[in-house]
Amino acid sequence: MTQASDTLEKVFREEHGRIIATLIRISGSFDLAEEALQEALVSAAAHWPREGEPRNPGAWLTTTAHRKLLDAVRREQTRTNKQAELEYESERLHPFDELILPEDVVEYPDDRLRLIFTCCHPSLSQEAQVALTLRTLGGLTTVEIARAFLVPEPTMAQRLVRAKSKIRLARIPYAVPSSDLLSERLAAVQAVTYLIFNEGYAATSGDALVRTDLCAEAIRLARVLCELMPNEPENYGLLALMLLQDSRRAARISDRGELVILEEQDRSKWDRKKIAEGIRLVEHALSLRRVGNYQIQAAIAAVHAEAETAKETDWPQIVALYRELIRINSSPIVALNHAVAVAMTGEVTKGLALMDQANANRKLEHYYLYHASRADLLRRLHHQDEAASAYRRALALTSNQIEQQYLRRRLREVVEKNGSGQKNTLPESS
Amino acid sequence: MKYLMLIYQDEKQFAALTEPERQKLYSEYGQLRQDLTAKGQFIGGSQLHPTATASSVRVRNGKELITDGPFAETHEQLGGYFLIEAKDLDEALGIAARIPSAREGTIEVRPIVERTAQAAA
Repeated sequence: MTQASDTLEKVFREEHGRIIATLIRISGSFDLAEEALQEALVSAAAHWPREGEPRNPGAWLTTTAHRKLLDAVRREQTRTNKQAELEYESERLHPFDELILPEDVVEYPDDRLRLIFTCCHPSLSQEAQVALTLRTLGGLTTVEIARAFLVPEPTMAQRLVRAKSKIRLARIPYAVPSSDLLSERLAAVQAVTYLIFNEGYAATSGDALVRTDLCAEAIRLARVLCELMPNEPENYGLLALMLLQDSRRAARISDRGELVILEEQDRSKWDRKKIAEGIRLVEHALSLRRVGNYQIQAAIAAVHAEAETAKETDWPQIVALYRELIRINSSPIVALNHAVAVAMTGEVTKGLALMDQANANRKLEHYYLYHASRADLLRRLHHQDEAASAYRRALALTSNQIEQQYLRRRLREVVEKNGSGQKNTLPESS
Repeated sequence: MKYLMLIYQDEKQFAALTEPERQKLYSEYGQLRQDLTAKGQFIGGSQLHPTATASSVRVRNGKELITDGPFAETHEQLGGYFLIEAKDLDEALGIAARIPSAREGTIEVRPIVERTAQAAA
């Protein structure tokens, strides 16, 4: 019995996006599709333990969900006919043209793409895009999404209801965007995917287990993008980037629960399989010769991954890649990372100057990593006082306990050094 | 599917246009209107006089309250509208982007509640 329910959960997760995407196309309704799949799940939970697992669990779920959907549509049509004289407001995306019998149901590979682009439509807020993507493509429950984003469950439920009703009322198309819109819209899909990953990876707060799930979900989503749009190099770049970052997960947190920076990580804990796949994907992406943001970031991550020890990191190569990245991405965060890389080649003073230049228009003022990285450079240049105040500033800007622990440790170091320094050499003005 | 495009723009900025600039803008609007009409997508549309000509009416407890000016004071003011027909939101957004005032102001795209059409279907 447990085996059947394990399989069921696994199949449900894996097939959710595929099944629901087709159900939505057929019914023209997110809600009807969700209900049908839910009923199919209930049915599976009742039948599988008794009658044994079906030979092809995915196909079983799909067929059952399609039958349930047809039942629901027939029920709704009867209701609609009865209410036709009233001002009945249709719950559907589009009027229903014909009934499709389960035997005729074809899963177009495009169905999931349609779903992805609809969920990430720019007319929906990014919060809604993320929630809807996780709910429909990932098959996460509203409770799970609410927990992952530290939002009360009713708030998340309402966010989903509003998004679905906007899709229906404003008629956000259930379609792959036309070619003139495609690259812009695909960028939005990639952004949502990476945001889900980062929410899981950076863990600004919240339940660690749920967080890991978010990373896995984002990686799964990127795999779907690669599968469905195999000619888009940025899809491979994004997948590679996430795999390479995720490969360091086990080494990122010490046994005491402290954040371990890249330099100090135990590289034997890195996931070699993910690294190998990530590197292979970067190489494939770059071979398509349309370089992009994610591909370069992935290439940078790959350079780190290829270094046996932190000392062996090819920093000049990383500096070159950041320079390339700056050309296509003018974000001050990229400029900041470039500055860090320059400092790592040994040119700490130059790195510090570039860092201040990156924040010339004050855009990084509230970014804790700017202050934390700046503090690290100041510490290395033995400007203990300035380093201390930068660490304090960084501390005030992050709510993540693990990050706070790291910053506090560094702060203690510079304050202590400064204390002894004062006695020996530095007559302090304060 | 019908969409209302509410055209918001800083009316002071609009008032400050020179005559040739204004004529150019009007001719762009005329062109768009022609294109939409040719495709059977134009239902209606007008420019509005500035908010200085607006009155707001409220009825509370059976009593009419009439005040000078628009309902809300905002940075950009409602200056006109298009009512158009589009097959879905993407088509509507594409049209909105072609409205000349989108370059300076903001076009709010709102789907129209189509009750009669659905009751008839």
